[in-house]
Order: sequence, then structure tokens, then C-alpha cells
Amino acid sequence: MKIVGRAWRFGDNISTDDIIPGRFFHLRGNIKELARHTFEDLRPEFSKVVRPGDIIVAGKNFGIGSSREHAVHVLKALGISAIIAKSFSRIFFRNAINIGIPAIIADTSRIDEGDVLEVYLDEGIIIDTTKNLKISFKPLPQFIVNILEAGGLIKYVKRYGLNLVRSL
Amino acid sequence: MSMTLAEKLINQKISKEVYAGDIVIVPVDWVIAQDGTAPLAIRQFQKLQVDEIFDNEKIVFFIDHAAPSPRKELSNEHILIRRFAKKFGIKVHDVGDGIIHQVFIEKYATPGDIVVGADSHTCTAGALCAFAAGFGSTDVAVSMAFGSMWLRVPETIEVIIDGLLPEGVYAKDLALAIISKLGSNGASYKALEFKGETIRALSMDSRFTLTNMAVECGAKTALMEVDDVCLKYLTAKGRPIKEQFKADPGASYESSIYVDANDLEPLVAAPHSVDNVKPVTEVQGIEINQAFIGTCTNGRLEDLRVVASILRGKHVKEGVRLLVAPASREVYLNALKEGIIEIIVKAGGTVLPPGCGPCVGVHSGVLGDGEVCISTQNRNFRGRMGNPKSEIYLASPATVTASAIKGRITDPREVK
Repeated sequence: MKIVGRAWRFGDNISTDDIIPGRFFHLRGNIKELARHTFEDLRPEFSKVVRPGDIIVAGKNFGIGSSREHAVHVLKALGISAIIAKSFSRIFFRNAINIGIPAIIADTSRIDEGDVLEVYLDEGIIIDTTKNLKISFKPLPQFIVNILEAGGLIKYVKRYGLNLVRSL
Repeated sequence: MSMTLAEKLINQKISKEVYAGDIVIVPVDWVIAQDGTAPLAIRQFQKLQVDEIFDNEKIVFFIDHAAPSPRKELSNEHILIRRFAKKFGIKVHDVGDGIIHQVFIEKYATPGDIVVGADSHTCTAGALCAFAAGFGSTDVAVSMAFGSMWLRVPETIEVIIDGLLPEGVYAKDLALAIISKLGSNGASYKALEFKGETIRALSMDSRFTLTNMAVECGAKTALMEVDDVCLKYLTAKGRPIKEQFKADPGASYESSIYVDANDLEPLVAAPHSVDNVKPVTEVQGIEINQAFIGTCTNGRLEDLRVVASILRGKHVKEGVRLLVAPASREVYLNALKEGIIEIIVKAGGTVLPPGCGPCVGVHSGVLGDGEVCISTQNRNFRGRMGNPKSEIYLASPATVTASAIKGRITDPREVK
């Protein structure tokens, strides 16, 4: 799988409250509407200027806090194609894979906002084409790649059932 | 090979032997979700087009995050939950029953259970030696359909606590001390195993505070061995158990941390992260607008007893709002019987219905611009209580109560 997109740079410990604040709880039934408030407190313009295919790049511990899967659904609704961070909160990582957004653990310290990235999932390579920089990462386990290729856990299970997951 | 408690709980469910790092499919004993996550789980389940759940008696829904509903959009989400539950014969703990984690430990969890919960604080049930972890709505949807779940067997950090908690120091302070040591991602993907003489001496109510906050250092689950205190609790709740689980001597731990309870003092987590832990003496004097006691961390009977013992015969500082939400209907009823509610109301406090209350930033105490709240909840992220322009300090029920009386952050040892 190859992904190409522009980087949006975030720092460490971005919480699910930062991604989609709890005060928009009442909009959770309408992901499209909810997505208009993505990162509203950190970067109020984000949902208006983000483009399909863009990539979130962050520091340590991305997605800490609540289990709200809505934090992934809003990013998906805005067309985010991958999230690259130094580390992820456990629940957010799982949610991202389940919804079909690659969550990649890599050293993001040299990537800047606006850099154009090429991500090669199977090879474990990110090329920052703006800086002509190559960053390696440990490829995701095969069964996770399978879930991503199916378009998320729901589609995966519909196609293959849980039996295939069972044969891990 | 010797096993940690987490390894033991997973191994008893499957036929092959597995250890930390292995990925397994496990059958689940409980699938639970609340009104913030169940509607999405239901929508994801509907996309599966299976139209069958694995076991209606092992799925439970709770309406606690927006209870009662402050807006029509949320009322409609509640309708979705109730309709789905009715169709499949799933139990709903509706408005007023209390917080998912509290009701779950009161009525459902037993040692050895594997619990999939669509809420990050599902790990609370680990004090009853259940392997309980938080997941997103899609994992819950798939678990509802198939009754099993893929897991990576976690490495375990053992947390050994010895000594006696000094006066004015509670389980919450201990939890903050541990988070301060580990950091907000120090236990990511891992299990915590709590042990030591301090743990053995703690009540179940206090133990739940510790396991509840394990996720604040990233832990997947947090476990305690079954002992007499746990057995007594389960028996009193009408759930005596058959099998006890203990870690094997010589089990392999990724690391160990030690805490000497004797050295602890009352602590707070200052804005805007849970690992920004300081002694209360360092932030003493900061004026507050709201004090909140409740949540899955500290809304239990023991907590409310502490509140009442400090509040008795005193009054909340004028201009400060003291909000108290019992964690469940059972806690509320017991607090009523013990006269605790009367003490709180007479002292100028406001009692909220059992539920998450203002901790989720939805209703019942949303902060204004520039306001400061001291709370017994587990998170102080920017905007957590509904306003990014407000500040949240986390502390024990004693510290929050003392602060409500003084109108500023106060060391509970100074209010007798």
C-alpha cells in the first residue's frame, strides 16, 4: 500500500478531547457535522483547509484519553489518509486500524507542516519528498495490514468472517 | 512457565499456552457500552448485517454520560440504544442507575471475566481480578456479534505498594503518585499488577480508584489478586466465586515500581495533564469556582463518607459551587440512609443524579471562561469539562471538599 499526502504537524499527548472536544457530544450521531469541529480548539481552521489525502504527523502518545471512536471517524470523514506518530495511545491505535486509517509508529521529529510524504506501508518506509528524507519504520503486522486493505474491521469481518482472524 | 495475572486470565480461556506478546482470539464474558459509544457500536453492528448477537445476557448498555439528556440529539441517541436493546433482549441501565463502571462492579464483574468495554475506564473492574479493557465502538460491535475478540497478551508492570497511608492521604493520592512515576504513557499497551501490604489493607472502594486510573498512564488493564476483601465484597453482592486467580511465583514482569505509602502526601494533578502531579502544598491558595465530587474514580460510598465527615457542621464558601454525583443508585441510596446527602445539601452542595455528571463536559456543571474547578475525576485535559478556556485540578475527595469550604485549593490536613 502506498499513501501520498501533505503533513499536518501536531505535538505530543494530543488527546481525543483535542481531536474532537467532548462539548460536541450531541453531534456524535452525525459524523459529517461532528467533523466540522475537528481540532477546533487547537487549530480552529483545520476542518476547512484540510484536504482529502492529507496526513496527520504527531509526537508521542497521540490519541490519549477517552475511547471515543468518533475521534477516528471525524479524521476519516475529512479524508485523512494516515496518521504517523512517535507513539499512540492503545485504544486510539486500535480504533484507527478498525476504521481503516493506517496508524504508523515512526520518528516524526524531522517532518514539518506541509511536507509532502510518501508512505510505503509494506516496506516500512516514509519518503519526505519536500526534504528528500527517508524515514524507516517497523511495518505493521500482516493481519493489521489485511484489516486496512479490507477498509477496516467491519468490512474485513464481513468478507472473511472472524474465522480468518481466528487462524492468526 | 510461570504466569503473570494477566497471562493467567487469558490462558484459562483458551486451549494453547500464550505469554506476553502473543496475539490471541479470546471468548469474552461481557460486552458493555455507554450512551457516548453504544450508538456508534450499534451503527457499526448494523453494517455487519448479521442481525444476531452472541448472547443477550452478556451484553449490557448504560445511559450515564448524558443522563438525563440535556438535548434532543442525545435523547434520540438514547432512543436508538433502547430500541436496539429491546429488539435483542439486552439489559439497559437507564438514566439514574449510575455510571457504567460502578454498576458493572456492583452487579456483574467476577474474577476471571474477560470484559470488552466501550469506555476507556473499563479497567476499573480489574480490582475484582477481571481482565477488563477499554475499546472503541467497532471492536464492541464485532464482539457483540461474535462473542470473541483479538488481543495482544500484554506485558505486565508490577506496582508494589507497602506502608500505611498517612492522615489526609487516600487512594486517589496514591493513584496520582503512580501516574507521576510512570508518566501518561509509561504503561502503554501494558497491564499493571498491583500488590503489596498497602493494597491488601485497602477497601474495595479504594482499590477501584487505583485500577480506574491505570488508563491514565496508558495501561490496557490493571489487576489485583483475589483476597479476603475481594471475596467478602463479591459475597455481599451475591456473586460468590468458584475459582481464585493469583500470579505465579517467578512470573516474568517487564518492570517493577515501588511506592512507600508512608512517604506520600496529598497530591493534585494540575492543568492540563494527569501526569502534571504536584503536592497540594505547591498549589495551595489557588481560587476555585467549582468543586466536583463523583465519577467512576471517586463517587463511591467511602468517598462520600469522607466528604460528609469533613463537611459536617461547615459550609461551602460563598461563590463556590460544590457538585456531588453519587456513582450509582446503590451508592446514592446508601448515602441517603447514612445521612450523607443531608450533610452535603445543608452545607450548600448540589446533589446531581447518579452518572458521569460534568466530567464529560456535556451538562450539569460546564465551566465558564477562565473558571477553575477542582474535581475527583480522572482527567483534566484542556476542554474536558466543556470549555477549553477553563482549568481543572484533580484531587482526592478530601482535598476537593476542603477546597470547597475554603474557596481555594486547600490541604485537607488543614480542615478538621
